[in-house]
Amino acid sequence: MTTLPSAPWLAARPVGRTSDRAFRWATRLAALAVVAVLVLLAIQLLDSSLLTWQTFGLGFIGGTTWDPVQAVYGALPYIVGTLLSSLIALVLATPVGLLTAIFLSEVASPRVATPLIFMIELLAAIPSVVFGLWGVFVLAPFLRGTVEAWISSTLGFIPFLGGPTFGIGLFTAGVILAIMILPTIVSIAREVIRSVPGSQREAMLALGATRWEVITKAVLPYARSGIVGAVILGLGRALGETMAVTMVIGNGQAIPTHLFDQAQTIASKIATTFNEATIGIQTSSLIALGLILLVITIGLNVVARLLVWRVAGPTGGE
Amino acid sequence: MAIQAVAANRSATLLQAKAGGRRTLVDRAMRYLSFVAAIVCIIPLAAVLFFVTVRGIAAVNIDLLTKPARALGVGGGALSAILGTLQMVPLAALMAIPIGVLAGIYIHEYGSARSARVIRFAADVLVGVPSILIGIFVFTFLVLPFRQYNAFAGSVALAVIMSPVIMRTTEEVLKLVPGTLREASLALGVPRWRTTLSIVVRTALPGILTGIMLAVARAAGETAPLLFTALGSRLVNVGDLTKPMDALPLFIYVNARQPFELQNEQAWGAAFLLLVFVLTVNVLVRLRSAGTRTQ
Amino acid sequence: MLIETPPAPTEETGQPPVDGRETAGTSSPDPAAASASAEPTSVEDAAPADAPTGRVEVAGLSAYYGEFRAVRDVTLTIRPHAITAIIGPSGCGKSTFLRALNRMHEVIPKARVEGSVTLDGIDVYDREIDPVQLRRVVGMVFQRPNPFPTMSIYDNVVAGLRLTGRHRQAALDEVVERSLRRAALWDEVKDKLTANGTSLSGGQQQRLCIARVLAVDPEVILMDEPASALDPVATLRIEELMAELRQNYTIVIVTHNMQQASRVSDQTAFFTMGDDRAGYLVEADETIQIFTNPRNQLTEDYVSGRFG
Repeated sequence: MTTLPSAPWLAARPVGRTSDRAFRWATRLAALAVVAVLVLLAIQLLDSSLLTWQTFGLGFIGGTTWDPVQAVYGALPYIVGTLLSSLIALVLATPVGLLTAIFLSEVASPRVATPLIFMIELLAAIPSVVFGLWGVFVLAPFLRGTVEAWISSTLGFIPFLGGPTFGIGLFTAGVILAIMILPTIVSIAREVIRSVPGSQREAMLALGATRWEVITKAVLPYARSGIVGAVILGLGRALGETMAVTMVIGNGQAIPTHLFDQAQTIASKIATTFNEATIGIQTSSLIALGLILLVITIGLNVVARLLVWRVAGPTGGE
Repeated sequence: MAIQAVAANRSATLLQAKAGGRRTLVDRAMRYLSFVAAIVCIIPLAAVLFFVTVRGIAAVNIDLLTKPARALGVGGGALSAILGTLQMVPLAALMAIPIGVLAGIYIHEYGSARSARVIRFAADVLVGVPSILIGIFVFTFLVLPFRQYNAFAGSVALAVIMSPVIMRTTEEVLKLVPGTLREASLALGVPRWRTTLSIVVRTALPGILTGIMLAVARAAGETAPLLFTALGSRLVNVGDLTKPMDALPLFIYVNARQPFELQNEQAWGAAFLLLVFVLTVNVLVRLRSAGTRTQ
Repeated sequence: MLIETPPAPTEETGQPPVDGRETAGTSSPDPAAASASAEPTSVEDAAPADAPTGRVEVAGLSAYYGEFRAVRDVTLTIRPHAITAIIGPSGCGKSTFLRALNRMHEVIPKARVEGSVTLDGIDVYDREIDPVQLRRVVGMVFQRPNPFPTMSIYDNVVAGLRLTGRHRQAALDEVVERSLRRAALWDEVKDKLTANGTSLSGGQQQRLCIARVLAVDPEVILMDEPASALDPVATLRIEELMAELRQNYTIVIVTHNMQQASRVSDQTAFFTMGDDRAGYLVEADETIQIFTNPRNQLTEDYVSGRFG
């Protein structure tokens, strides 16, 4: 180091000052740690499931039997369970969520909207296991006695909708998932709708449109890709949901063929079997299931965020 | 009415025609329907709160709070779970807060535009990873090599979940601190790291604390990451991180699946305790930030 | 062929929308009242059926945002088939006044209006009048061009028309061509009607917005600083367009550009801000008068560039 007089402005320069450099490195390490966890996670899942991929190849994904005794492992029942339960959730949550987002951002006055937004955020804070508890003892019997009974008796001739109703099963899991992803869809859709420029609304209004027409013909088309993003993010959340689903979906091991069948999702299968798995190939297969889930979740997440960015800008969203 | 008296002209004819009863009807009906949808969103909240409160309060008694689960048979309480949560969550916070806050500072203060974007993106993806996969991840690092389920792994799993959340909220709050504050401090000769910590972070502290509290509330409710790490236990474990430990969410999960009604009741009681904690934190935090916003 | 409304307006029937206005003769000059007294126009003064339509009478109009009065007590007659320019310094309620004419002002929460606005004898604020219908008769062009980005040029033009039910393709085609011709845009876009509305230049986009308004066949066209976001060449084309449109429509234009007002308008109204921060009408007269021999000192100061 040179022997310059210590003028304040010299001291303020980050280069050369040790404490500054140390601090900067500390923060950099922390940030890299976060990224590292993600990368390591992916690598670890791949590595730990290698045995399964080597044994079954990509056929594992299409395999329909999961039988530790015979040492046959296939992911399809759980992939189908995951997709179906999430699909049901989307079908239920998207219209409700979108209409709610429209209500909160376009129709309601701030005095009405604020408490509602607050309550929907509280809904998002309820732990999954509490939803599961409520689902098992309250929602499932309720659905069994009302919705499932009705559908089964009136529409039971349709193959998918027939079959015995237990309350516990695919449908109830879908309903609970719908409840859990509502806050996600509502909050992101709201952001996206709010970011539509007022000039678009004005233009449509000045042409002689009713307020609903302004929403459907100017606001929603403009926000289209963002809303799709919101729905996809909701889907992503539904796919990864574990506890509530595990508690209400039952224990079906085959590919579900009826709406009210018991089933399993990838997450619920892992949750219920992982600790009992003693054989290497079994553990490896469970982790392989996890890898499949990871790929789907991350893929959807990326796509969704890009769509939301397009409408609401890089800081839009949660 | 003045309208009828006016001589017929084009404007009069056009204006007097209704816009179309159907369009007005649709407008009103759909706007009402959107209101109904909003109410539908709230119903599950009310239902969950109602049932957890009613059944939970009935089950909360001295036994639940002070007795551990019985090793054999039915009965006892949730003491091991309560103590477990009270240990693992703060420990997780202790690990996650420095990492999350420092990482948030990094991408706000030092990150170049591109590196900040990549890191931010990775954090967002990590937030979206199913928590059960994080449980598997920590299992392979901290449980498998020792062939021992342990509470430390549970805390680490929770910390992994909390860190990206804290990081993102920290960054968002730091963005709100006016740049002039930092400039003034640097102009006075305060070193950069000191400026960041003492001036910028301190100004943003309320917001950072908010983010931390929300992350803690979330971690307290997580079950899946603990399934393969801390595992849960019927024994009271105080201080031994190398052994399994129970937690409120695990307790709820296990007891909900038991065929004994007494166990189920205990699950409701524990759920009540957990929900009170989580919702209190959330309500306080949101009321506070709503308060500062209106100021 | 869906008929949504009672058959009176021709655009709802199967025929291509017929031009409802008469080709204008020149109406006799009609100096607008400059005083602040609010005398409601009596019904018997309504123009006879064969006179040009699109005459707007404003009486004692005040516009509020909650408790704050932004426009105070304006009385003004807007001549049909002529261009009326509203000029004045920024912030004196010109745009607010304009938006009170097509009931866009009341859309803002807590905004309201006092006084009366009549179009060809009809009180547009009457409870029997649907604002949705009014806004077809009184159209608006905004400061920044705002074509709908998810629609093609074609769809943009017929966006307003499509609100009132289905029309035959041929009918729509004709409206599109006619509206784009009237907006002096047809030749430039006729080969790319399916291109996105935002693929045009700024000046073209604004003419597209004008065509969009023309397609619903209004009586009055309100323009809120329509050329302020455009370059001089585009501005000139808009002004030429306005001169053509004046033959068939009543045009009210808010502009902060005095030269534009003097070039383009027949009648000019000068607004300024009072001590109560409300805008009020100082003087309205033939454009020549306002710019060469105004009656009020404030007007003189403004148009000659002096500020006091």
